Amino acid sequence: MEWETVIGLEVHVQLSTQSKIFSGASTAFGAEPNTQACAVDLALPGTLPVLNEEAVKSAIKFGLAVNAEICRESVFERKNYFYPDLPKGYQTSQMDAPIVGPGWLDIQLESGETKRIRIHHAHLEEDAGKSLHEDFHGMSGIDLNRAGTPLIEIVSEPDMRSAEEAVAYLKKIHSIVTYLGISDGDMSQGSLRCDANVSVRIKGTDELGTRTETKNLNSFRFIEKAIQLEAQRQIDVLEDGGSITQETRLYDSERNEGRAMRSKEEANDYRYFPCPDLLPVAIEQSLIDELKATLPELPDAKQERFQSEYGLSAYDAGILTSERAIADYFEAVAKAAGDAKLAANWVMVELMGRLNKEGIEFSETPVSAEQLGGLIQRIRDNTISGKIAKQVFEALWNGEGDSADAVIEAKGLKQMSDSGELEKMVDQVLADNPDQVEQYKAADEGKRKKMLGFFVGQIMKASKGQANPGMVNQLLNKKLG
Amino acid sequence: MHSKTLRELADGLDSGQFSSEELTRHFLARINEHNPTVNAYITVMEEQAIAQAKAADARRANGKASVLDGIPLAHKDIFCTEGVRTSCASKMLDNFIAPYNATIVEKIATAGMVTLGKTNMDEFAMGSSNETSWYGPVRNPWNTDCVPGGSSGGSAAAVAAGLAPASTGTDTGGSIRQPAALCNLTGLKPTYGLVSRYGMIAFASSLDQAGPMTRTAEDSALLLQAMAGFDEKDSTSLKRDIPDYNATLNDSLEGKVIGVPKEFFAEGLSDEIATKVRDALAEFEKQGATLKEISLPHSHLSIPCYYVIAPAEASTNLSRYDGVRYGHRCENPQDLADLYTRTREEGFGDEVKRRILVGTYALSAGFYDAYYRKAQRIRRLIKQDFIEAFKEVDIIAGPTSPNPAFGIGEKVNDPLTMYLEDMYTIAVNLAGIPGLSIPAGLVDGKPVGLQLIGKDFCEAELLNAAHRFQLATDWHQQTPAAFA
Amino acid sequence: MAVGPSEIEKIAHLARIRIAPDQIDEVASRLSDILGMVDQMQAVDTSSVAPMANPHDATQRLRPDAVTEPNQRDTFLAIAPQSEDGLFLVPKVIE
Repeated sequence: MEWETVIGLEVHVQLSTQSKIFSGASTAFGAEPNTQACAVDLALPGTLPVLNEEAVKSAIKFGLAVNAEICRESVFERKNYFYPDLPKGYQTSQMDAPIVGPGWLDIQLESGETKRIRIHHAHLEEDAGKSLHEDFHGMSGIDLNRAGTPLIEIVSEPDMRSAEEAVAYLKKIHSIVTYLGISDGDMSQGSLRCDANVSVRIKGTDELGTRTETKNLNSFRFIEKAIQLEAQRQIDVLEDGGSITQETRLYDSERNEGRAMRSKEEANDYRYFPCPDLLPVAIEQSLIDELKATLPELPDAKQERFQSEYGLSAYDAGILTSERAIADYFEAVAKAAGDAKLAANWVMVELMGRLNKEGIEFSETPVSAEQLGGLIQRIRDNTISGKIAKQVFEALWNGEGDSADAVIEAKGLKQMSDSGELEKMVDQVLADNPDQVEQYKAADEGKRKKMLGFFVGQIMKASKGQANPGMVNQLLNKKLG
Repeated sequence: MHSKTLRELADGLDSGQFSSEELTRHFLARINEHNPTVNAYITVMEEQAIAQAKAADARRANGKASVLDGIPLAHKDIFCTEGVRTSCASKMLDNFIAPYNATIVEKIATAGMVTLGKTNMDEFAMGSSNETSWYGPVRNPWNTDCVPGGSSGGSAAAVAAGLAPASTGTDTGGSIRQPAALCNLTGLKPTYGLVSRYGMIAFASSLDQAGPMTRTAEDSALLLQAMAGFDEKDSTSLKRDIPDYNATLNDSLEGKVIGVPKEFFAEGLSDEIATKVRDALAEFEKQGATLKEISLPHSHLSIPCYYVIAPAEASTNLSRYDGVRYGHRCENPQDLADLYTRTREEGFGDEVKRRILVGTYALSAGFYDAYYRKAQRIRRLIKQDFIEAFKEVDIIAGPTSPNPAFGIGEKVNDPLTMYLEDMYTIAVNLAGIPGLSIPAGLVDGKPVGLQLIGKDFCEAELLNAAHRFQLATDWHQQTPAAFA
Repeated sequence: MAVGPSEIEKIAHLARIRIAPDQIDEVASRLSDILGMVDQMQAVDTSSVAPMANPHDATQRLRPDAVTEPNQRDTFLAIAPQSEDGLFLVPKVIE
């Protein structure tokens, strides 16, 4: 029997506003517990919420980026449940009239095909605090710094059919929100997290199977693993003649295990109703138009432009536009270098390969775009060879010089292109190896080519790799005639 | 000194007849003497009051005093007062020392007024008799066997007994107007959004509104002036210019049309009250106004509608009382569930629990449309009734409450009968419009209230009509003999 | 609408209020009375009436995105029932 996995994602994106969605407390990450939880965040009696303008604008920008209708009168509702990290006993969220209506985005599959994933809606809501489970005499500690941080929750349709598609979708969301500048997208700090609704069915059938919801996945890798694990679990259960229970699950990344959540076993009745402390948010067309005009070039458009403007392949353009920082960096390198293809190659292979190997974020790159562009220029004008260029890159990476030129100068890596000097060097090598010259002259055309390499190698050795290989070849051919 | 109006006290301070400190000490002494009988105060702020009074005297000596500077008042214990217990008359908040001031507490302090203390009330403002307070019932100064009305019963009794010259109250379904009626005061519920709700402990957010409780309409205008105004901390606060309420108090009533809803004189209204209210209406005719019978066809639905919307909002407004961050926590909670359920069982009184349960039910899956959504639709019909009526009339007038003060214990075990006490006041909250209760006579020594209802933001019109009425009558000058 | 003991238990659980077993019947009867009174609403056809959440049908004002609240942790923790190391303490949270 062939099974098909059906996945829908609920992605929570923390908006990078200065202050909280309903209060003037700071949203900065990493503060001492409860130092950024004000009277409103603590739900002190009598406190009231006032909506942050920037949170609304961020949500609208997101809606525009995913081709969605913006709700002109969106409503905040209370989602009622008791939890120690939820001070009011309800989460202020949206249900009936979310700010972002149905939309879509395209993901690229490994096959190179494009797949459209529909977005059901996206709404604004407040984040909860955190429960810390270290042992406080058998109790839990509550930190409410995060309570009230603005979130948009993006709810997809169940359009994804594999963990890889889910990851591609999530990466697309990540790139859109970071391009828009509405979130830092930092998954390690919880700025982007997701709940995965997973069900399986026999391939070819239309009806959806019973789904489970795996909560709080916060890395691309965990999401992929958790979905694969859960889909396989469901298949195993069904193949053993069992049935799937609709439940909320947790994924333990350390053990690569999933389990049902104990605290959410009971069916909740959230009693959503319009929050009487907040009024409907009227959004004027003029505001939508104004925000539309300020939207940056988004990943899809940028990818297309990179293909047409720089002649890059779809694959390369896709990698270089996956993050706004990478795209901006690449364009700066290309401009400084004057050769986009060479720039693309250096950014993707040398720079990103190295960053990846060392586990460094792109934003933390030690080599600036200007430095890399300058380096490529020296390759293009034959000042250095490709091989020497890697040495220069290494030196720039280690901070051994301000620019490629400075490194080349300091280390004396300049390629030898002075024909007089090179000629002397060639003559010396030929004079030092009379036997080989004899053999060469006696050999036929086929063998000569091979033997030429010996002389080139000797000259490169003598020049410490700085001889211009093209010129060396020319000279040898002339001399050995 | 204790039977003077705010206006008279302001004049007395101005002319140096007495200082704020003397005035404050006088009221504190009266509180000491009479509060054990009346139980109007939960917390008396003696030290702070004297310090505030001295500061006010110093300002006056420097010639920097504003009109209300140095005059004492009492705050309903629903308003957060920094550093002072703010209990909402609930065991849940008996140990809650508010870490901040409500906006109106700030505004009134800015006006220079001296806070005598925090007044008793129905628990979380849920009640019409002040019998649901965890601190015990308040007694009506006109008859101490009777209730003062509620929920702002302590605020009403304090002024009626001469334990404060004025007080603040809140009104969700009649909680300022009904106790004002039962205690012979002038009580104003302003238009929803006129007075900030920030720092006022929420009962039903879309209905709650704070207002002044005073002896006269003139005082009401003075105190409203200090309370009203836009607050950026309250999303439901409305940005608009606040008129000079004093400036129009003496305007003529000639040509005004006063609508008398026939539904307010139907079944349920006691005969004596009907007579007193009709007498009062005749006084307006004497002043040149015309009376016109009108209909508010959906008014019979205001109690059912209110008892869905108010409990629904309350049920979630009161979810924050969970024993985690402040307030009561049960002893030795075994686990989280135990912490929540036992803290809330112990911390809330019966009426509060009842309303939380009703509200939870009305919002729960399967009942939401039939109850909450339905009530919101009815609410629009009720508002529409008023909009229609105000096309023909300037003010609507009728009784504030169907009965005079009733005996303590008489209705407390019969919630449905108790709810009827607010049958004429609730629609005003649902519509968000202003309502004012003024003294209109006595029945068997118990006060009767006349209610004046206005269009959105027409407080000045109501205060003008009330002031003209008070110039021609002396009901508002009557005080209970036992507290002379 | 009459509510029975099992419904009361369900609502009480949602509201996290413990009701002593010997009081459930009385609470059920009180609630039934109130809901019965409230049911007067059902006689009115409101199908063409829009729900009214706010008496002025007003719309939300937006606040500029600025940090205005200082750290007041010590003040707030001082009124907490139980706290340690800057945290509010509760019986162990089990996920």
